[in-house]
Amino acid sequence: MANQPSQSIHQSDRALKRLKKRKAKEIRFKFFGIVAIILAMTALAWLLVSVIGTGYKAFYQHSITMTVVLEETTLDPTNARDPDALRQANYRRIIQEALYTRFPDVSDRKGKRDLFRVVSASGATNHVRQMVYKNPDLVGQTLTIVVPTSDDVDQLLKGNILRDVPEQRRKVSDQQIGWVDELVANGEIKARFNVIFFTGTDSRDPELAGIASALAGSAMALLVAFALAFPIGVGAAVYLDEFAPKNKFTDFIEININNLAAVPSIVFGLLGLAVFLNFMGLPRSAPLVGGMVLALMTFPTIIIATRSALRAVSPSIRDGALSVGASHIQAVFHHKLPLAAPGILTGSIIGMAQALGETAPLLMIGMVAFVTEIPTSVTDPAAALPVQIFLWSDSPERAWAERTSAAILVLLTVLITMNGIAIFLRSRLEKRW
Amino acid sequence: MKTRSAVAAFFGAALALGCGSEQVTAPVPSVEAASGDEIRIVGSSTVYPFSTKVAQEFKNKTGYDVVVESTGSGGGHKLFCEGIGTEHPDITNSSRRQKKSEFDKCGESGVTDIIEVKIGFDGIVLANALDATPVDLTLKQVYMAFAKEVPVSDTDCTLQLNPYNSWSEIDASLPDSTIEAYGPPPTSGTRDAFVEVAMEGGAKKVECLATLRGENKKAFQRIAHTLREDGKWIDSGENDNAIVQTLVNTPTAVGIFGFSFLDQNADKIKGASIDGNEPTFENIAAGDYSISRSLFFYIKKAHVSVKEGLKAYALEFTSDEAWGPGGYLEEIGLVPLPDAERAKYRSDVENLNAYQQ
Repeated sequence: MANQPSQSIHQSDRALKRLKKRKAKEIRFKFFGIVAIILAMTALAWLLVSVIGTGYKAFYQHSITMTVVLEETTLDPTNARDPDALRQANYRRIIQEALYTRFPDVSDRKGKRDLFRVVSASGATNHVRQMVYKNPDLVGQTLTIVVPTSDDVDQLLKGNILRDVPEQRRKVSDQQIGWVDELVANGEIKARFNVIFFTGTDSRDPELAGIASALAGSAMALLVAFALAFPIGVGAAVYLDEFAPKNKFTDFIEININNLAAVPSIVFGLLGLAVFLNFMGLPRSAPLVGGMVLALMTFPTIIIATRSALRAVSPSIRDGALSVGASHIQAVFHHKLPLAAPGILTGSIIGMAQALGETAPLLMIGMVAFVTEIPTSVTDPAAALPVQIFLWSDSPERAWAERTSAAILVLLTVLITMNGIAIFLRSRLEKRW
Repeated sequence: MKTRSAVAAFFGAALALGCGSEQVTAPVPSVEAASGDEIRIVGSSTVYPFSTKVAQEFKNKTGYDVVVESTGSGGGHKLFCEGIGTEHPDITNSSRRQKKSEFDKCGESGVTDIIEVKIGFDGIVLANALDATPVDLTLKQVYMAFAKEVPVSDTDCTLQLNPYNSWSEIDASLPDSTIEAYGPPPTSGTRDAFVEVAMEGGAKKVECLATLRGENKKAFQRIAHTLREDGKWIDSGENDNAIVQTLVNTPTAVGIFGFSFLDQNADKIKGASIDGNEPTFENIAAGDYSISRSLFFYIKKAHVSVKEGLKAYALEFTSDEAWGPGGYLEEIGLVPLPDAERAKYRSDVENLNAYQQ
């Protein structure tokens, strides 16, 4: 039929031209859509490739196997075996002696200094220090320890410090390269999985730095934020949508909540500083306060998500409940709210994920900090994961670059998990009629 | 375990709040020190790496917890001077000396006895990419290149907007490339030091400005401290790694940042000599390289008797193992003080000598 020539107005020249134009419009729109998606995907791929490309190297690290002699004359000349005194003893000497014994022909001062820089000074001394502190009977014995190499040696072996650069422009000298190559050939230096990165606290030495304290700080702050923002946010939304009278005043509140969602996060930090720290006297740098500030920040998001989820529930559900004699509050809490739950949870989790990535408000309440201990309660000082990334990215040593990227990878993994849970909950809890 | 105690602590805190109490006590004291007993340090981001290194070693040796916040020098003095008590920091780090106004502010809030410790030097370098032309500048040329307004000539102090587009216009011996500098923003301590040392030092070399300095210091400083705003000086973020990256990509540009970033990236960038002296560790220590500044920290004497670890921390910082030549702070880029000065500040810490402005 379509093939039959016809004189209908739909096939006049002008009509065909218009048709062609409309079709071209559609094709153009589709084309722009594809371009937009390709751009977005390229940006994402770029980010992932660059972060993974540098970050994966932080997940392994070179460590050196050493034989150290815990000389009594160096560590405990008085023979008192007092743990506190032993903790302050000169372990540098012990590690240096171990290296000088390994390479006996190094005699000049500069050579000895360079040799010591093959191992992580802080890592090796502290490893032995804590062993002796916990067990003073070790003094006088000979131990075999596995400790990280210095960050420069690690970077050399990972190819981030190039061997063909002239010696005076390189952080690692030719002599050091010689020692390292010998140790690698002998199997004394090996690449191992970087446990420290996941279990350690922040450190000034990249080879000893870990994200455990920042991760714990972030988890605690988020827990506090969720415990505060979720009940208050959902409660406020239910009240505003179901019980509050509709008048100018509630309209005004609604506008303000929408505005609040768009307020820059640093403002909440300033608010937290003024109210929680200065007025209420809560401790600085604590995840408790961090969580409270993040709660302020997320709860407009939760209100907005909850209200739109409640509105998406068909009014017939509520009317049905009311018509069989349920009270208003029963209708809302027994029937409407459970149906809105997937939407509410999704919105809240996405709000939380946003809060996880915040640094600016934490700056004001002192969570941009170096903390020597993994926090055990919400009032302990702590840093947060994005803060850790920010602090590491500004450190001079080259080894920080890969650690910064690795920390970003961990943050992204947490975010993807949270969003994954949101999607899972939505598909699992959602009911359809 | 961890989450449970966290949750418990949270509800404990919430309960305390609900009862109208203003102070939250930590329900779980740690083994070595009760919460709130940790040493609280705030201040300069330049001193931060050294302070954290000492904190880490100190924690290893004694078990005391230390919290170091990077707030900037100004922010640090502000927090430090707010008062005495556990809610206020014990130490503030500073990449410049405490100002008279800050000292007075401290006094007003009862922070009267302050121990000043100078810890060492930090050089500020002008660097460019490794394959770019090496530059040998004088301080005067630095001033001429970056000031917003410069005098018409050495003797005539009529100001004109900076007319120089390329280095060779300032002096024929300099390379014929456009002036383009990436430097720290006004909020940075590095910027303050660069302006005070390099720009002022350069302006002093201009004859008529030197006369002006004698007559009207304020006017002189305004001329010396204002950097050009025509796009030749570009404020970069606080992140010095980003500036290094920019230099590698833009061989004609120079960057301004702390010495430790040059030291760590010697395979990518090189520093410009100033008045014939290269920015090396030795030249900064000897005082030959002129753009350098002193770093400090300040201790609240009133807190020393309350917090056991505080004096011990300061002693660790001022031990030869830490700040001496060959110490662990030198390894991460701190330029040590001369022996006599180290001895002086060490004894100030030992005897808790408060300083006077």
